[in-house]
Amino acid sequence: MTPRQIVIVGAGESGARVAIALREQGFDGAVTLVGEERHAPYERPPLSKGAIFGEEPPTLPYIGDAQRLSELDVGAVLGVAATAIDRVGRKLRLNDGAAIAYDQLVLATGARPRRLNLPGAEHGLTLRSFEDSVVLRERMRPGAAIVVIGGGFIGLELAAGARKLGCEVVVVEAAPRVLARATPAPLAAILEARHRAEGVEILTEVGVSGFSADAVELADGRRLKADAIVVGIGAAPETSLAAAAGLALDNGVAVNGRLQTSDADIFACGDCASFPHPLFDGRRLRLEAWRNAFDQGAFVARALTGAEDEFAAVPWFWSDQFDLCLQIAGLPDAGATVAPRDLGDGALMTFHLAADGRLVGVGAVGPLGKIAKEVRVAEMLIARRAAPSPDKLADAKVKLKGLL
Amino acid sequence: MAEVWVDAGEPEDIDAEDVIRFDHGGKTYALYRSEDDRYFATDGLCTHEKIHLAGGLVMGTIIECPKHNGRFDYTTGAAKGAPVCVDLKTYPVKVEGGRLMLRVS
Repeated sequence: MTPRQIVIVGAGESGARVAIALREQGFDGAVTLVGEERHAPYERPPLSKGAIFGEEPPTLPYIGDAQRLSELDVGAVLGVAATAIDRVGRKLRLNDGAAIAYDQLVLATGARPRRLNLPGAEHGLTLRSFEDSVVLRERMRPGAAIVVIGGGFIGLELAAGARKLGCEVVVVEAAPRVLARATPAPLAAILEARHRAEGVEILTEVGVSGFSADAVELADGRRLKADAIVVGIGAAPETSLAAAAGLALDNGVAVNGRLQTSDADIFACGDCASFPHPLFDGRRLRLEAWRNAFDQGAFVARALTGAEDEFAAVPWFWSDQFDLCLQIAGLPDAGATVAPRDLGDGALMTFHLAADGRLVGVGAVGPLGKIAKEVRVAEMLIARRAAPSPDKLADAKVKLKGLL
Repeated sequence: MAEVWVDAGEPEDIDAEDVIRFDHGGKTYALYRSEDDRYFATDGLCTHEKIHLAGGLVMGTIIECPKHNGRFDYTTGAAKGAPVCVDLKTYPVKVEGGRLMLRVS
């Protein structure tokens, strides 16, 4: 039986992609997109880049504006939060008192920035929404003292942008190095060195004991002056709706290989979903990444209309800092050995091979034009479960495309 | 309007199934060589976020943007699905006298 009414909770990248892809596939039932933000769906990656640091006042980078959604006959219920799922009555309840009937429901509820539980925590700014980027844009003035808590993707992108604007920037990282979670150490070292060369101060293995209106207190007693404090310490999956509805959770909304939750008529995708990945022995992943949100949204649209295959897209991440690009495909931390390749112009690539010789992860840092093709080919090798010779991978004279 | 052809270098400047960037008259182009040694040209920047396509991967007749993997058929300029939805403009290319010639108007 073809479902007639599909309701999507969350109008970010993943939710919007479900709606658009359903129509692209010719689905002719009702599609309703429910979003807590008042805006039509927009892309978030520019928020830590051009939206704050561009010369022009930022405009919303729409995925689908009101007109496009209307053309696609996608119902948009925006500025309204979903409050409960009535799984028996198959209704989604909203905070404006309304309820929307569904045959199938998609949870694309995303993630919320983690906050520190510290005295003065309210002085810390976070970045998730367009409005957050507008606040940060106001605070990032030339000469301003900016303290960034957390040396991850968002923290370092903001540090680079602020430094280019002429701010005094200090990054405070609790781990021994920046980008410790997902980025291979040799690549993180290149980015860290670049930040230091540009005048960004990076403090590692330092805790924070509190914030005030104009300063950050460090655990070792130091006090850093701060005109703005930005907290980029990761995000927590938004699972409250799923939890209240009794759906299985596991570091996010737990889904199977088809991205179905423990209720077969409810799917989940994007930052909120934890899923088993067939390329990594079924290891359960939850990815906070634009590409994953996009891919899983498109996948769920197919699964909703009957596709039986499992989600197997290779994880892929990127970050832009100064004029350097970082791209990662697969899971470098699943590798047992590393083969580095010098791509020239200061660009470095690392291949990560599992104990059985299979390529499971790759990363590269350098100018976009130097690294992107190579990472893309490596991504295909990972998808094909290839086990290329480490000697060939490390030899810049061997064309990667030839290993496909 | 008169046809204006410009010298865009040697055909061998481009590897088979690959792309290079070519700038002329304040514009940037992407020049392609297919696996079977045919030549094509499109606008140089992706229609999504104005990224140089020459940094992207060519597979068959598809160029993939290096930033977000938006795909175009470089022989026709056709966008092949999200996140790109605006086609690329294409330009005639010919090999003449051992040179790669690009028609810019």
